[in-house]
Amino acid sequence: MNRSTKLFFAAAAAVALAGQAAAAYPEKTVNYIIAFGPGGESDVSARLQEPFFRKLTNQTVAIQYKAGAGGAATWSQLNGMPADGYTIVGTNLPHLILQPLEKDVGYKTDDIDTVYWFHYTPDAIIVPVASPLKTLKDLVEAAKKSPGTITFSGSGTNSANHLAQRRFDKMAGIKTTYVPFKGTGASNTALLGSQVTGSWGYTTVRMMLGEQVRCLAVAMESRHPKIPDCPTFKELGYDLVGGAYRGIAVPKSTPRQIKQQVSDLIGKINKTPEFVAKMEAAGFAMLDIDLARTAEFMARKKSEYEALAKEMGIVRK
Amino acid sequence: MPQLDFLISAATPFNLLLAVAGVVAGTVIGALPGLTATMAVAVLVPFTFGMPPASGLIALGAIYTGAIYGGAYSAILLNTPGTPSAIATTFEGYPMAKRGDGDLAITLACIASVVGGLVGALFLLLLAPPLAAVALRFGPVEYFWLAIFGLTLIASLSEGSLLKGALGGCLGVILSTIGTAEVGGDIRYTGDFKSLLGGIEVVPALIGLYCVPVLIDMVATADPHLRLKEKLAGYRLGEALRLACGSKWNVARSSLIGTVVGILPGAGGSIASLVSYAEARRSSPRSANFGHGEPDGLIASESANNATVGGGLIPTLVLGIPGTPPDAVILGALMVQGVRSGPALFSVQSQIVYTFIYGLFIATILMLPIGLLIGRHAFRSLIAIPKAILVPAVAFLTVIGAYAVQNSENDVLQMVLLGIAGWGLSRFGFSASPIVLGLILGPIAEAGFVQGTLIGGAKGSVLAEFFTRPISVAIICLIVLSLFYPLVLQRKRLPAMRRQSGPAQ
Repeated sequence: MNRSTKLFFAAAAAVALAGQAAAAYPEKTVNYIIAFGPGGESDVSARLQEPFFRKLTNQTVAIQYKAGAGGAATWSQLNGMPADGYTIVGTNLPHLILQPLEKDVGYKTDDIDTVYWFHYTPDAIIVPVASPLKTLKDLVEAAKKSPGTITFSGSGTNSANHLAQRRFDKMAGIKTTYVPFKGTGASNTALLGSQVTGSWGYTTVRMMLGEQVRCLAVAMESRHPKIPDCPTFKELGYDLVGGAYRGIAVPKSTPRQIKQQVSDLIGKINKTPEFVAKMEAAGFAMLDIDLARTAEFMARKKSEYEALAKEMGIVRK
Repeated sequence: MPQLDFLISAATPFNLLLAVAGVVAGTVIGALPGLTATMAVAVLVPFTFGMPPASGLIALGAIYTGAIYGGAYSAILLNTPGTPSAIATTFEGYPMAKRGDGDLAITLACIASVVGGLVGALFLLLLAPPLAAVALRFGPVEYFWLAIFGLTLIASLSEGSLLKGALGGCLGVILSTIGTAEVGGDIRYTGDFKSLLGGIEVVPALIGLYCVPVLIDMVATADPHLRLKEKLAGYRLGEALRLACGSKWNVARSSLIGTVVGILPGAGGSIASLVSYAEARRSSPRSANFGHGEPDGLIASESANNATVGGGLIPTLVLGIPGTPPDAVILGALMVQGVRSGPALFSVQSQIVYTFIYGLFIATILMLPIGLLIGRHAFRSLIAIPKAILVPAVAFLTVIGAYAVQNSENDVLQMVLLGIAGWGLSRFGFSASPIVLGLILGPIAEAGFVQGTLIGGAKGSVLAEFFTRPISVAIICLIVLSLFYPLVLQRKRLPAMRRQSGPAQ
């Protein structure tokens, strides 16, 4: 009797707790602000999350765009937004670390509380399919033979692509020329037109351009499931893992409990097999850095990027 | 006959419904100043995710083409391009509306848009893969020269003083350098204002420079905003058709220019409409009438900008590279749908592509009745609304439009300040168009120059990179031609000008 009563109460409590948790968040539409324009990777990944968000919560997300100053227009205003978990903002690395180093953009890296890093687009070296460079080794040898003549298109200056080019040049002891373009689309145009030797892009570029291009290496721990023919830099002897990371942030003053709820929800979406399949088919690589681990992750990335930024001379005096 | 199957699957009742709804939604959004075609597509994209890919694409294509046409309404009736693609439509459309031919201008814009749209779609249907290959021949250096060529159009776009036009163009280019350089990353001319780090956005600048002066003038004068010739004459369709047929070469040339500019990634409807306007003006027998409500200029601009829809989709679908800004959104939607763009799309997933292309044809044709109908309402209500309501309503729209571009209060401030500055400058004979042209083309020229220099440097010779590539040489020849053309024209015109007295309004 005693035991069953206890069980009953335990069960009732569990049901109540579960009910409370389900009712607590989200109870209404969540505003999801993208710090870039529509059509980019941040937008596409949010669009892919949307149906699963709806399925898991019975609530909708309203995706909004607030582009400007490479994302800083949104991030500088993040902490003034409602801190109730109903306004979430997409965040990006290396942007969040590099921008405040370069100039006064109205926010500091530590001001931004990302509660979950949910995927990244790994850096990749892509060449046109007709290129004589068949492997990374070919590329390194060509670069060693005539320093500076190998040109890479990439999106933006001091961007993830640019950083990757610098890192790899140093690792391989080569000198290549990085040509910045306005956005991935323009960089891809130069790549397909063979205006440049190749491109420092992402796995998503390889997926989007398909058989028109060849991927020489990706900056992942292991090969991308949808691009199995492209080796990792690690396999080839270069310790290069990274890319552009994307997360979800809420205003700093948001209560810890709500932060946890947002983090849990994004994590739940991230573990839906159907979502993972769609993300990977588009070339994204999944990442699961939840609230408990974001601080450690950011600290690691900060020291990594800061060292690079100093080397590149982009740190504001 | 697989093509017929595609046509049939494009014409299912559901797809037809989507085409109608898309064109209507696009036209209305495009007509509001500041709400661009890109935004129309972006806002409505989520509705298409639940649909089969081909249907979703048809809806997006219909919205896109409708929005490009809708931009003409505010261009004609308010002198404010509803989308950047309609900049050149203001040059003749507004003077036409001023003198009482607003209804004719709108009908004409509709016919020109439909024809231009069909030409663009035809190229998409028949020649997409080879044309996409041509687009790839354009490297950074070619874009640099193209932008310079575009800047020489100032010569044919400036009313009155060429010097003032050139100065306006310079001002536009300088304004475009404000903020963080896209290529190179340096921060320029921000005066430590964080709000200027992102630079000056084209659309708010457009609204400010074109619309604010009109609003100020509306308030400053007692006349009604637009005059009516006599009674409302209906659509004036017959008259418009006669005009369009009369300049069929203009329509063909402008549609072709629009298609080609659309194919080039990075150049969109705004450049297409400006280039074909300048070309129409150069070759028209009535070139002296340009600027005073010459239908030829309106036809050129409107057929060109709708031709960019089909043209821009060529690199988008064939290469996976957006041809115009709205195409970037469409490409994102394709990714979400799990449809791979690229050469394989035309063979492996031909069902989707061809159904979409036929759907685009259908949507473009549907634009004729829909556009005429909406246009008539827009025109009538604008005539009927008293100024005391019209001015605050439009002023409100300009604020919304400037804000909506990137949900930023900053852009609203920029819009108002540039508008007031533009009004002041117009008092001294500086028109808005050269400034806007500089603002649009400056960044293209700059990026092309820096990239060309970097690539040329890596190859061993910067000069060879800029001056020996065949397409570059061809564009340089065009530039020389374009620069010296006004001098020839002036010599021809001078006696005629002397005979006429007084500056034209």
